[in-house]
Amino acid sequence: MPTRVLVPSGVLGLGFDKHALMAGARSRPDLICIDGGSTDSGPYYLGAGVSKYSRASTMAEWKLLLEAQRIAEAPLVVGSAGTCGSDSAVDWMLGITEELAAQAGRRIKVAVLKCSQDPADVAREFRRSRLRPLDYAPCLDEAAILGCANIVALAGAEQLGAAVSTGADVVIAGRATDTAGIAALPLMRGEHAGAAWHAAKIAECGALCSTKPLSGVVSVEIDSEGFVVEPLADGAMCTPRTVSAHMLYENSDPFRLREPGGMLDASQARYVALDERRVRVEGSEWIPSDEYSVKLEGAAAAGFQTTLLAVVRNRRYVSRIREWAGKLEKFLAKEMESRIGPFADGCGLELRLIGVDSALGGLEESESVPAEVGVLAIATAGTQEAASELARLINPFLLHFPLEEDEPLPTFAFPYSPAETERGALYEFRLNHAMVLDDPMDAFRLEVSEVGAG
Amino acid sequence: MDLVRSKNAGPFAITIDAFFGTREAYERVRIALPADAVAAAFKAGPGSVRRFELPDLMVLKFSLGRAVPQGGRLDRDMHGAQHAEVLAEIEIPNLNRQQDQPS
Repeated sequence: MPTRVLVPSGVLGLGFDKHALMAGARSRPDLICIDGGSTDSGPYYLGAGVSKYSRASTMAEWKLLLEAQRIAEAPLVVGSAGTCGSDSAVDWMLGITEELAAQAGRRIKVAVLKCSQDPADVAREFRRSRLRPLDYAPCLDEAAILGCANIVALAGAEQLGAAVSTGADVVIAGRATDTAGIAALPLMRGEHAGAAWHAAKIAECGALCSTKPLSGVVSVEIDSEGFVVEPLADGAMCTPRTVSAHMLYENSDPFRLREPGGMLDASQARYVALDERRVRVEGSEWIPSDEYSVKLEGAAAAGFQTTLLAVVRNRRYVSRIREWAGKLEKFLAKEMESRIGPFADGCGLELRLIGVDSALGGLEESESVPAEVGVLAIATAGTQEAASELARLINPFLLHFPLEEDEPLPTFAFPYSPAETERGALYEFRLNHAMVLDDPMDAFRLEVSEVGAG
Repeated sequence: MDLVRSKNAGPFAITIDAFFGTREAYERVRIALPADAVAAAFKAGPGSVRRFELPDLMVLKFSLGRAVPQGGRLDRDMHGAQHAEVLAEIEIPNLNRQQDQPS
């Protein structure tokens, strides 16, 4: 019997076509699965253990998904809850679910899968040589691991499968691979493993694999030989091209995808149009690995920042802006040293020239002269107060620094008052490693509870 | 190149996809743009760029390690999305000569 998974959109918080979702729910899929996060929004969310989306918008969407779950009478799974999938983000999502269940007068069985890791445990596994660097992994030592504010392990199909097997109506999973929640049920039911993983990769961004990317809702049906993908919104179509092109997205390798326990190889996949909206895919392979490992993500605090922005419009200054910025940096380095003292590693001041090279830095080749230049000054220090103190120190010079010593002081445009903006804590990603496990559940905790009333 | 897009592939890598509208353009750039030419544009060492040819889609894909990790103190492009422009602006001699000819 084929296994059908309904995917409402690429991420909880992005929105979806409500009519398509409810039509999908009425068609009685075997499972509804949505992704809740990614590292793509940056290290802050993992470091702080919070969601990037507002509670109100998450709640509004989750309410509709709980309604779809009730209609479909199938489990609803969210992976990487609360953007980063830390335990705190999972608890946040559980709180939202409790509130909605109480409002709806429903009693909902919830399985919670927790993925946060104690840095001391990860450091111990590092000492035992149980951490494997993945592609482009940064250098790692014990201090770097112990310095992480949060570390999560990415759950795969085994852990998501265990959560679904509890018979819960709703699964709230911490950090998981984008594909695991979609692949878990078809794998448990013995469908073709290569097809299950490939279908999951194609559907994990919702309707991004179709001609109407913003419509959200897609359905994948996995069987013993392949899978069929179908978008559910009116007018949306999947074609062999839109489906196969999705393998490029956010993948460094367009054919192979590493997952806990093995690797998807889609290099021999064949994409065939069944009609003008559905595509069937066969020929993908699952290659099991010798050892079972899960990927780790970690973020560490790296100081605090305060920024200033000045806009230079004067034509002479704009035409010589790099020279001006170079002189200002040299001047400020001396001033800061004499007034505050030397900086610790990773602290200090950086000027970025918006309109010149602020996006690409040293890779920028363009020499064209803009109408104006935004000078973004970023102060980084060990505390917020020290970063703001540094920003206040440079404020008058950013406003008035002259190109030549013997010319009248210029004054540039500050767009607002106060000039300094406190950015809060800065975090940085530290891990791109897989951790070997004897049993897939070793690094994870599964808790089942009932929420709501009725 | 019809469309060039880039995106993080995890916090430590960037991947760039170049889409072509015609078989001819795809073939010309495919021959003219080896991995190390892309590495040079990104001021990365030889051998640091992985290159994939997808003839069915008429896509060339390039992946490389980030010079600085995503969202860290020195990062300027959190989503890696503007790095596409570095690839888009590489001069392809054959292509440009073709464009210069009167039609």
